[in-house]
Order: sequence, then C-alpha cells, then structure tokens
Amino acid sequence: MAPDPDSASAATSRPRVGLFVTCLVDLHRPNVGFAAIRLLERAGYEVVVPDAQTCCGQPAFNSGDIRSTEAIARTVIEAFEGLDPVVAPSGSCAGMISAHFPELFEDDEPWRTRAKALAARTVELTSFLAGQERDIGATGADRVAHYPGVATYHDACSGLRELEIRSQPRDLLEEVEGLELREMEDTEVCCGFGGTFCVKYPDISERMVSDKAALAKQTGADTLLGGDLGCLLNIAGRMHRLGEPMKVYHVAEVLADMCDVAPIGAAVRNEGDER
Amino acid sequence: MKAQSLDFKINSSSALLDPDLKSALGNVKAGFIGKRGAAVALVPEWQRIRSDAKAVKDHVLEHLDHYLLAYEAAVQRNGGTVHWAASGDDLAATVVDICRSVGARTVTKGKSMVGEEADVNGALEAAGIEPIETDLGEYIIQLAKEPPSHIIAPAVHKTREQVADLFHEHHAQYGLTERLIDRRALVNEARTVLREKFRTADVGITGANFLIAETGQHVLVTNEGNGDLTSNLPRVQIVIVGIEKVVPTLEDAAGMLRLLARSATGQAFSNYTSLMSGPAREGDIDGPDAFHVVLVDNHRTEMLGGALKEMLRCFRCGACMNHCPVYGSVGGHAYGWVYPGPMGSVVTPAMIGIENAPELAHACTLNGRCAEVCPMSIPLPSLLREHRRTTFERDLQGARAKWGLRLWAAFARRPALYRLATRIGVSLLHRLGRSRGRFSRLPLAGAWTQGRDLPAPQGRSTFMQLYKAERQSDRSAERRS
Repeated sequence: MAPDPDSASAATSRPRVGLFVTCLVDLHRPNVGFAAIRLLERAGYEVVVPDAQTCCGQPAFNSGDIRSTEAIARTVIEAFEGLDPVVAPSGSCAGMISAHFPELFEDDEPWRTRAKALAARTVELTSFLAGQERDIGATGADRVAHYPGVATYHDACSGLRELEIRSQPRDLLEEVEGLELREMEDTEVCCGFGGTFCVKYPDISERMVSDKAALAKQTGADTLLGGDLGCLLNIAGRMHRLGEPMKVYHVAEVLADMCDVAPIGAAVRNEGDER
Repeated sequence: MKAQSLDFKINSSSALLDPDLKSALGNVKAGFIGKRGAAVALVPEWQRIRSDAKAVKDHVLEHLDHYLLAYEAAVQRNGGTVHWAASGDDLAATVVDICRSVGARTVTKGKSMVGEEADVNGALEAAGIEPIETDLGEYIIQLAKEPPSHIIAPAVHKTREQVADLFHEHHAQYGLTERLIDRRALVNEARTVLREKFRTADVGITGANFLIAETGQHVLVTNEGNGDLTSNLPRVQIVIVGIEKVVPTLEDAAGMLRLLARSATGQAFSNYTSLMSGPAREGDIDGPDAFHVVLVDNHRTEMLGGALKEMLRCFRCGACMNHCPVYGSVGGHAYGWVYPGPMGSVVTPAMIGIENAPELAHACTLNGRCAEVCPMSIPLPSLLREHRRTTFERDLQGARAKWGLRLWAAFARRPALYRLATRIGVSLLHRLGRSRGRFSRLPLAGAWTQGRDLPAPQGRSTFMQLYKAERQSDRSAERRS
C-alpha cells in the first residue's frame, strides 16, 4: 500500500491515534486494517499500531472465564497506554473495551482507573470518522471513494446497542460515489454469529443466518457491508453455502476505496489479494 | 413439571425441523414486535416511565421484608388470609389443603406462571380435584397436555389446525361434535364450554400482576376476562404470587401498568385490568366468601441476595422472548422448563439449579435486543454472563471447552507467542483454501462448516506481518532518499 503523499512530511506534527486491529482482522482480513490506516491518515492522524496487541478478550469474557479475560485486558491496557484516541474497526471489540473492561476490575484500584481511562479513549472506526470534520473538496478528488453497486448494511449488535452505531457508517457511505444503499428489513436483528455461539449451537445459528441472508437478498443489493468481521464471515459463509453469494466487504474497505481484493469468502482473483 | 433443560441441544435441534412450529413462531414476530414498537412510539415519556419503574422496584427489593409484611397486614385488614410458601412444593401443598378444607371438586384457574413453577395442576389432580384452565391459551395446552411455550401466549406454538383437532377431540363429550376451523367459531366454542365450568367451580385460582402493600389489593391483567370470572364466581378465591410482585402504592402500579401491556402485546392497556381485595363485604354484589393469598419464594430470596437480584424486577411481559432471535428460531419448549427465552435462561437455572440447565445461558448470542426492549431495564445479557461464569467455574460446560479456552487465552496474553501461532495458522489456512476463497469442510471446524462455508484468510500473512514489512520498507526508502 502506498502511503499518502503528504503523510511522511507532516507525520511528526500530526495528532496520533492508536489502532486496535482486532484479532479477526489480523488473521482474516488484513485489508481492513490497512483501510482503517488509510482512512485515519486521510483524516489527518498519525496511526500507531502497538505490537503487543492480540485480542480484546471477548471470547473468554463471554464464556465466563473472568481470570483469563482480566489477563488479556491488562495486556490491551498496557499496549495502548499513552495513545488517545484508540480506534478499532469493530463495534464488538470497541464495545468490549469501553463497556466491559472497567467492570472487570471493580475491586482492583490501579487497574480500574487505567481500564476506565482506556474505555473512555476507545472509539469504533466509523463513529470516529463520522465525528471528524470532513473537507473533501479541499483535500482532493482522490479522497472520494468509488463503489459501483447497490449495497445493504448489516448492523452488528454490539456496536448498535453498546455504542449506538447506526447512522455513522451510513452517513459516511453516502459520500461514496456510485454506491446506492438499500436497507433490509430487520436490520437490527442478530445474524446468529454471537462469537462461540455459532459453533456451540450451529443449528440455531444456521437458522438465524439463513433468515438474515434471505432478508439481505430481498433488497436486490449485490453487496453486503458491515462494520464487524465476525458477522461478515458468518453471513458470507452462509451465502456461499447457499450458492447465492453477495459481495461482502467491511465498510472500511469501501470507504478507503480498497475493494480491489476479492470479497470475503470469494476466490482470490489477483496478485494483490495474496499480500 | 419435570425439567428437560439438560436436553436443550437435542430439543432445539428437533424444534428447528418442525414446520408447524416455524409457521406458528412467525406469528410471534408478526403479532408482537411491530405492535409493541408502534405502541411505545406513541409514548414520548417512555424512557422516563421506565426509569421511574426501575427506581420503584429497586427500592422495593431493598426493603422487600417491609413491603411484604405491610401487604400481609393490609390483606388481613380486608378479611383475607396470607400464606407463605418457601418452595414450589409448599405452594402446591398449601393450595391443595385450602381446596380440601372447603370440599372442592373443581377449580377454575387463571393463567399463573408461579402455578407452573409448582405444578399446581398436577398436585390438584393427584388430590382428586379437577383443575380447569380458563385462559384460552392455557386451556388449549391443558387439553394437549403440554407445558406453556410462552409466558403470556402459552399456546403460541400451536397452529389453528392443531387447535381445531384438539377441540374436536375433547369437546365431543359436551355434545359439540362439529370440527370447527374458523377462529371466531373456535373461540366461541371454548367460551361455551368454559362458561359452565366458571359457574360450577368451587375454588378459583389466579396469579397477580401487582400486589399493593398500602391497600392489600392486587392487580390482575387479562385480555379475556377469565381472571375476573375465576376470581369472583367461586366461593373461595386463591391468589398465588411470587414475593417480588409487591409495590408500595397503587400509583406505583399505575406507572408500571403503562409499561406492561405496551411491552407485552402493544396494547395501551389490556382489555381487563382489575383491582381486587379480600372476600366480599356486606352489601357487595359479588366476590368470594373466603380470600387467600399464597406468597411464594421458590428461590427468589436467593436471587435477591446474589448476582441475579435485578432479575426480580421482571413483571413477566414476555417482550424479551418476543424479540429474541433464538426463541424465535426454536420456540419455548426447547428451553425445557416453565420460563423460556432470555428471562427464562436467567430464572430457570436459579430455580431448578444450574447443574440442571447449564446450556441455557450459553444458547444466546448476547445481541442485547432483550435488554433494549425490557421495560424494567433488566440487564439480561450481563445476568446470562453471570451464569456462564458459574458454569465455567463449576466445569458444567465440559472440560474440553474449558481447556480449549484456557489454551487460547494463554496465547492471547503473550503477544510474541500469539504472533508466531497466528502466522503459522494463517499461512496454513491460506494455502489450503486459497483456490476457492473458502472451505466447505475443515478439520476441527465442523460446527462452523455444518451450515456455512468458512471464508479463507485473505492472504498468506497476518496484518501484523504485512504492517511490519511495510514499515521496514518505508524506513529503508527514507534512508535511501
């Protein structure tokens, strides 16, 4: 990926943001991480990616393993010390940090203060970008994203309910040239991913994701976008199994004009995908 | 009823294969969700009423002993008798004792979830007393010999065809031999049968939606009026109710009534909202000769003193299950006991023991829609996590799950080790899956690939590898320039 032309010279004077990549993006979809970096740099920030980050600890937290969750949370808190804000391309992971880290350390004073401080500094990517002053005209036409197609947007539950992410990604997508957004019915209903739920109760999860895939298809859209990779892997996987795939991308990939890689779950189509 | 919650996985899988259930559950969505949304939208002060109601109930739970004793004293002033039942068995025994003491042969019953907790019907039958459910839904499932599958719409899992068959089979004894299918005709036939039962019952048993500590009254909400006929026509009235239903004043109940019907059915008010107290006084034109209240604990005080305390704010509207996508997929019976859906997954383990229902709290995506619609602001996902914590600590989810999690966590807290493992994993997965972009089958991922493909990683490297490589090449480019 080429850095923005003006990023090197101004790097030192720019405000810094920490990027919490999230484990699924790290493993499954590096393109989302690079898209987030491009978007944040274009918004005028220097992006710092701490090396010591792994996962937000949600799988342990939601399985009732509080001791492991605390240990992982401490790793995250330490990795992002001194970075403000901390941005994550996932409502689920950002929600874990902002809504649940503080409650882990209720009886552990120094860590509670640090957890609360990180919780207050952590923002989901589209919320952060929507809160920035945008000045597209002044920064050049190359910053306008293009996406030819009709997309429907899946609201991921944690982001929706813990962080009230609903209008932010839609507002940002409105500025994408060539993109028409078409809402599906029941967009606030869970897709059946639910972290470990989808492998603990595959039958129920399959029913839920089938319902979701059918509602998405009903819109006539050719693309499904969302802000959480867990949901997107689930929905894309079900659509492929049904033999009725839509193009599935993370919203950051569209906003950053980085849909030159194959959609999630689709076959690799060029060298760029291989990275 | 005997709990079947241990079999949640099997029960839910077979429920998913039942086409009648699927079509019946479609009615939950069509009937409840839209109507609730529209009703709530018409009340701009909804959030304020909600937070007031929460404050009242939190206050009551802090002083539950005080308000229960105040309620007891007020009932006694009104000429009624208060009984205390520590367990479901105590409740059933108390009800049977009262019925025996007045020589009852038939008992009409309004819908009562507390009665289901204690299997009051089973106890009455064992004592040779015939219980007759008078709520239409309860009546249907009583004929079908099934437990309720929803707390306010107990027969929601039944299709109209199935009801037609049940009535045809059971109503012949009353000379009603035609198989009806029209909705109104079915309701009228049930009405004809039940009217005679109302007239001849010796005892009437109902639940209560609110107990008023100040006045000793109780509030009973129904849509069919069966609660009133059950309460007023027999000579003896028994109210069976959980101790958490008490509120200080009528005004407090009035605020909660604004939430209850809207949350439950999308009505501004239920068709019947009745205030009752004590036996008939001199000059009253109706009412029973004797009035009994049985206040039931059945593990509620344990919840009061523990992490599930907030669950005691629940006034049983059913909004959480109506909006739960898991309930909407598998229906209520899969949960295996009296209470289904999100509130059931919190309450059931507390009442029958978490070792008898370890799955329920896990059978949830924690999507949070239940808490969003809960009129009493109960943080259901957090309470479900409490149960998950207990199942983890007590190894109730199986040792494999526990050690798998521990192993993953050991990596996740050691970034350098984690990098190494993810690098190897991604590169391997990429090599296996790159030609198609996804896996339709993969060792150890059978649960995922059973119903969906697993998208392959985008490339052969993790984000962290690529990012580091890029930074290095940027830096060397800078040095060259």
